[in-house]
Amino acid sequence: MKRILSALLIAATALSFSACAKQEKLAGTIKIDGSSTVYPITQAVAEEFNKQNPDVNITVGISGTGGGFKKFVVGETDINDASRKVKDEELEKAKANGIEMMELEVAYDGIAVVVNKDNNWVDDITTEELKMIWDKDSKVVYWSDVRPEWPKEKIKLYGPGTDSGTFDYFTAEINGEEKRIRTDYTASEDDNVLVQGVAGDKYAMGFFGHSYYEENKDNLKALKINGVEPTTENIRNGSYKPLSRPLFIYVNTKSLERPELKAFVKFYLEKAKDLVEQVGYVPLEDAKYQEQLNKIK
Amino acid sequence: MKEQDITKRRKIKNKIFHALIFLCTLFGIFILSVLLFSILSKGLKWLSIDFITNFPSRFPKKAGIYPALLGSLWLIILTALISFPVGIGTALYLEEYAKDTKLTEFIKLNIANLAGVPAIIYGMLGLAVFVRMLGLGRSILSGALTMSLLILPTIIISSQEALRSVPESLKQASYALGTTKWQTITGVTLPYALPGILTGTILGISRALGEAAPLIVVGALAYVSFVPKTPFDQFTVLPIQIFNWSSMPKKEFQNVAAAGIIVLLFILLGINSIAILLRNKYQIRMKD
Repeated sequence: MKRILSALLIAATALSFSACAKQEKLAGTIKIDGSSTVYPITQAVAEEFNKQNPDVNITVGISGTGGGFKKFVVGETDINDASRKVKDEELEKAKANGIEMMELEVAYDGIAVVVNKDNNWVDDITTEELKMIWDKDSKVVYWSDVRPEWPKEKIKLYGPGTDSGTFDYFTAEINGEEKRIRTDYTASEDDNVLVQGVAGDKYAMGFFGHSYYEENKDNLKALKINGVEPTTENIRNGSYKPLSRPLFIYVNTKSLERPELKAFVKFYLEKAKDLVEQVGYVPLEDAKYQEQLNKIK
Repeated sequence: MKEQDITKRRKIKNKIFHALIFLCTLFGIFILSVLLFSILSKGLKWLSIDFITNFPSRFPKKAGIYPALLGSLWLIILTALISFPVGIGTALYLEEYAKDTKLTEFIKLNIANLAGVPAIIYGMLGLAVFVRMLGLGRSILSGALTMSLLILPTIIISSQEALRSVPESLKQASYALGTTKWQTITGVTLPYALPGILTGTILGISRALGEAAPLIVVGALAYVSFVPKTPFDQFTVLPIQIFNWSSMPKKEFQNVAAAGIIVLLFILLGINSIAILLRNKYQIRMKD
């Protein structure tokens, strides 16, 4: 209660200050939660923003896109990091609680399908073959079950766990239905575990966020999907299909009336280009950032 | 001739088992030293004053542990303040005052069962009761109350054991001097049992320091740009910060995580050695 009161007080003083002088110092608390994929970008923005505005308290959680929306739709948080679009039922819940939101694109992310560095028989794979391997009740046990010329060695599969947005996206795009996947693969919420799994096993295959591949290029080989390499350029222009996707932040429109939050979101979109690249993701085109900026004006 | 054979075989058997249990001991020590070695070799050169006083950063070299460290200290102190009196009070009631009724038995059985409940369940309880129902929000206080629930069974059970170990003759001697029950408890029973109680409490508190799962549910955060100033502030703790670093794409963050683990280990060792010092002090006093 005390906290709410003091937050209100701070917000009120901040408002009255900004009314008379625009250069006044910003203060207040910004609460962010959501996807762990978007987290590094938001953390980087928060870090930079705090250098200029040390009196604004920023908290960032990593409850996952869905977990974050649960808090966002009841008004517990101001911003939700999301690695997928908001779902209809989440929108309905928000509506029921009188919460309106604004969707802003902040970056692109690709999902890399990787094999071991010593794997010399595969460079390229099709979406059909991926579905054959990863689908529910898949019959694929050996590499040779996919293409007869590949070795008759057991294929070891690594992928993220069910709470991850990457998992939702991959299963929806490859297997045609969210969360539809074979059950006998090694799952971990920690992508570095997946990296180590694939890097340590010649006959392994795995999928995870592109940034984890970029950081571990020396030990892994990323496959072309339908002949397209997962390069920054191909992820940005969408030709790395179907495994490239936009990343979002959702902003509570009521919170956006607070000066510190508006400043933060503006800062986010203005600095995103550099910061997104620094943390290993693919920035949007300049025009697209401008488009997002226009939304909050 | 045959008898000698049997003796020989028995002696060999003896030696084999001696070697086996020695190996068991070595196994634990070996694993521990491998762990320590890999952590120290990764993290030691990342440890610096800056690491302690900096805020987290996207650059591994600039990343620091300050908010998590203070969050952990806040949490541990509050947890100790809550769980210590409640735990010892419960144990005193159950051992000294409660009559041997079905209800007492039921309470004792439940406390023993609660000690085995997974930590994440306490997190959900904390979320429902402290965060939502009592409206304390995702604050340090909610976290500390949840952690107190988590470690209370451990504290109660070990305090009960300690109280039970007080010799009946000492208590009778005290009563013989005409003291009341409360005077006997504060003058004889508690001081005698204190070393045992302290050991249990410190073990519980060390556990609370290392737990992450229930706090994630209660709402400890991954990134906090400020230092908590009151029990109503939002917070993060060392284990969550360490987990967060270990799952970052940049490889250097593995080393940062290792440095964080060293800090956590250091605090744990510190708390444990305080416990041992206190215990020794009281044990010596009782002998006099």
